[in-house]
Amino acid sequence: MIRAATAEAVIDAVRDASARSRTLEIVGTGTRRGYGRPVAADTLLDLSDLAGVVDYDPAELVLTARPGTLIAEIAALAGGHGQHLAFDPPDLAPLWGGASGSGTLGGALALGLGGPARPFAGAPRDHFLGFAAVNGTGELFVAGGKVIKNVTGYDLPKLLAGSLGTLAVLTEVTIKMLPAPRAGATLVWTALDARAAVALMTAALASPAAITGAAHLPAKTGYARTAMTCLRLAGVSVAVDAAAVALAELLSSFGPARRLDAADDFWRVIGSVAPLVAADDLVWRVSLPPSTAAAFVAALPLPDGARWFLDWGGGLVWLWLPPATAGHDTMIRRVLASTVGADGHATLVRAPDEVRREITPFQPLAPALAALSERVRARFDPGRVLNPGRIWPVP
Amino acid sequence: MEMPCPNAAMLANRAAIVSGLRATLPGGVIAEPAELAAYANDGLTAYSQLPLAVVLPKTTGEVAAVLQYCYDHHVKVVPRGSGTSLSGGALPLADGIVLGLGRFNRILEIDLANRCAVVQPGVTNLAISAAVAADSFYYAPDPSSQIACSIGGNVAENAGGIHCLKYGMTSNNLLGVELVLMNGEIVRLGGRALDAAGYDLLGIVCGSEGLLGVVTEVTVRLLPKPECQRALLLGFPTMVAAAECVAAIIGEGIIPAAIEIMDRPAIAAAEAFVHAGYPLDVEALMIVEVDGPLAEVDHLIGAVDALALASGATTIRASASDIERTLFWAGRKAAFPAVGRIASDYYCVDGTIPRRTLPAVLTAITAIAAAEGLSVANVFHAGDGNLHPLILYYGDRPGQLAAAERVGAAILAECVRVGGVLTGEHGVGVEKRDLMLRQFTAVDLAQQTRLKCAFDAGNLLNPGKVFPELCRCAEMGRVHVHRGATRFPDLPRF
Ligand SMILES: Cc1cc2nc3c(=O)[nH]c(=O)nc-3n(C[C@H](O)[C@H](O)[C@H](O)COP(=O)(O)OP(=O)(O)OC[C@H]3O[C@@H](n4cnc5c(N)ncnc54)[C@H](O)[C@@H]3O)c2cc1C
Repeated sequence: MIRAATAEAVIDAVRDASARSRTLEIVGTGTRRGYGRPVAADTLLDLSDLAGVVDYDPAELVLTARPGTLIAEIAALAGGHGQHLAFDPPDLAPLWGGASGSGTLGGALALGLGGPARPFAGAPRDHFLGFAAVNGTGELFVAGGKVIKNVTGYDLPKLLAGSLGTLAVLTEVTIKMLPAPRAGATLVWTALDARAAVALMTAALASPAAITGAAHLPAKTGYARTAMTCLRLAGVSVAVDAAAVALAELLSSFGPARRLDAADDFWRVIGSVAPLVAADDLVWRVSLPPSTAAAFVAALPLPDGARWFLDWGGGLVWLWLPPATAGHDTMIRRVLASTVGADGHATLVRAPDEVRREITPFQPLAPALAALSERVRARFDPGRVLNPGRIWPVP
Repeated sequence: MEMPCPNAAMLANRAAIVSGLRATLPGGVIAEPAELAAYANDGLTAYSQLPLAVVLPKTTGEVAAVLQYCYDHHVKVVPRGSGTSLSGGALPLADGIVLGLGRFNRILEIDLANRCAVVQPGVTNLAISAAVAADSFYYAPDPSSQIACSIGGNVAENAGGIHCLKYGMTSNNLLGVELVLMNGEIVRLGGRALDAAGYDLLGIVCGSEGLLGVVTEVTVRLLPKPECQRALLLGFPTMVAAAECVAAIIGEGIIPAAIEIMDRPAIAAAEAFVHAGYPLDVEALMIVEVDGPLAEVDHLIGAVDALALASGATTIRASASDIERTLFWAGRKAAFPAVGRIASDYYCVDGTIPRRTLPAVLTAITAIAAAEGLSVANVFHAGDGNLHPLILYYGDRPGQLAAAERVGAAILAECVRVGGVLTGEHGVGVEKRDLMLRQFTAVDLAQQTRLKCAFDAGNLLNPGKVFPELCRCAEMGRVHVHRGATRFPDLPRF
């Protein structure tokens, strides 16, 4: 294992590995190693010491940090200035057995997964302004910028977000920060089925109310005795109050709405998922057009013990199944193809290593796109030094 | 600005290429010089060049066939939407064709249940919002060229607008594209579901200035229209006070829909032109627009009003009606043509800076221009630090265009020096291509050009744009545009 605390150390490690045709597995605190395919690399490159906030000027809405900085540390720092990470980084570490709050900024960007606010405030990609990184041949390069509006050159931060460390090793990142909402409330409707819940959320999201979360948790998930369909409102308190009243009236045909002033636990569970699932369940995450969600879950021939809930106004289905379920990938992707078509994609988020080695965790790409993606990868890391096989098997 | 040497063999072979293209796309090829002239430049009117031919396909299959033909015969291709680029992104090449997307003008699907629209790339930005207005939805990015510019061009430039402080640029509102690669292959990136599997190629195609592929279909996110919009007109005795007010608003946790500032020369020009009632005794005029639910808007207007007062504003007016709000904007929206009445020509610069450096950079801009004997009027998207200095010059006076370009380059160098970037929304194109090495090292740029190779190994798609290249030859022909003869005279200019 190599612990790199500086960009120079990263350059040395990658150059050395590249020169000797050896491979590196890149980790921050390692909380998300269970996501994607298992990497069988020669050496672990640990970046958890490449940490610390480099610059934060709240009035500029910009923060620069080293990638090993804990999300929790940034959230606390920003909170002191009334700001937050608007992409709502979900605390996913416990899903893979890590401690809550132990994820790093670099890890969150490398995974690229947004939380419940994703459809409204954007994903990590939308808040990733610039970086310095070391490519697979050991060259340090920068892209993007340290200002919030920039179109100079290709938008490489977007490409690096979600690339799971297969293109370059981030050594410094700049992200956009935004004011945290001053007030919030959650409206709850109970006992709706998936179809009614999606209809409710769709009607709400067509209204001008400032909504930052829309999720449906069926009773079977065990969170509450009855199904909960929730809308999260944010803004200044007068506006939240007005919107709560207006939405309750607009959506009265779905039954009475109850207002929760403190629903943090609900949204934490929706974002992190782990509290709902058993330790060895197989966990899937399916992104689809919201209007297709109810038909998709209805058509799934689910085994006993399988559960799901809807986030993103219906655009995201979290699904978990008992470990013994055979052929779960083909079953899910077949139902997805027949109820949704080409516009949906399913990701196996958590499963034992041997399962993720056999089953492609990510939705297979059309051949021309797969070939293009491989050409892009090879232009950053021709020798497959960085996280080989993490997304697609090494041929 | 110089372009790559035209390939003499290609020029000599023009007749054969035109007939090859005609065989590929009967009825879709323009080759008469008089007709080609309409495509000779884009919004960066100082540069002009006739292409080898213009090809106007109507379907994705036709685009693929044309690109395949060009790939096989090594013909360069410049994609073109509405030709409003201000950085020369759609400037033709003498030895290449222009691939015009104007016939891709249909809205294919409006999918309100999934809050998105699927459109062809030649559809104008405003047409999308117009198509969903009756359902109280809209498409948020609003470049001021929106009645003319195409959504495909917006994707290629990652276009912004005055409301992108709150709603983001094109890339934050884009869900998917269909893209034809230079070799004729067709790929779909993204779609109605968020965060597609694999690399975020959609994220790099957006803003790639036509260098990576030709966009033949676009899926955009639609938003419900805000319940109400109000604006504040604020006048400040110094630019420092105005800049402090912007920082105070954002420090207070308020992200307005838009924050625009004009300096004294811009205010004077705008007021003389449209009589919007702007105060003439201030150094900086600011328009702050807030939108959202009624209760929130009223609350925010009060909060911004108080912050402006504390920052020393000497004029504070809140719009009481939509008519008044429109009047506040009238001067700002007419600022470009208004400035165009002070001198025969102006050259619009587009850098972004950290906002804290604003007063110092404005002082530097004045000095840079003065050293060349020119003056500048400033209008800018203050919320996100995106400057648009307008350099005033007389194109018919020898040396003035060159001087204006030197001033522009020096201003952008200053933006980079203080920690900013060369372009906030207009793109690099040919205009800022040779400045790229001020912001990036050769290693940075090499990584970017390697990425292009993954899409277009032969460098046939829009070469000579964005990245400095080694091969240069004769200077581009220059067309001087006189007072009143600018392209797109009807567009509001920001
Ligand atoms: C008066 C005026 C005001 C403006 N205001 C703003 C503003 O507020 N904000 C802003 O961001 N910009 C502004 N612009 C700049 C310009 O309108 C935008 O850059 C716009 O996005 C260009 O769109 P277009 O259709 O005209 O593209 P074109 O000018 O035709 O092309 C621009 C670039 O996109 C490429 N391209 C076009 N279509 C495609 C396609 N289908 N596939 C692949 N590549 C393609 C071209 O090769 C070229 O590189 C303004 C321009 C003018 C003239």
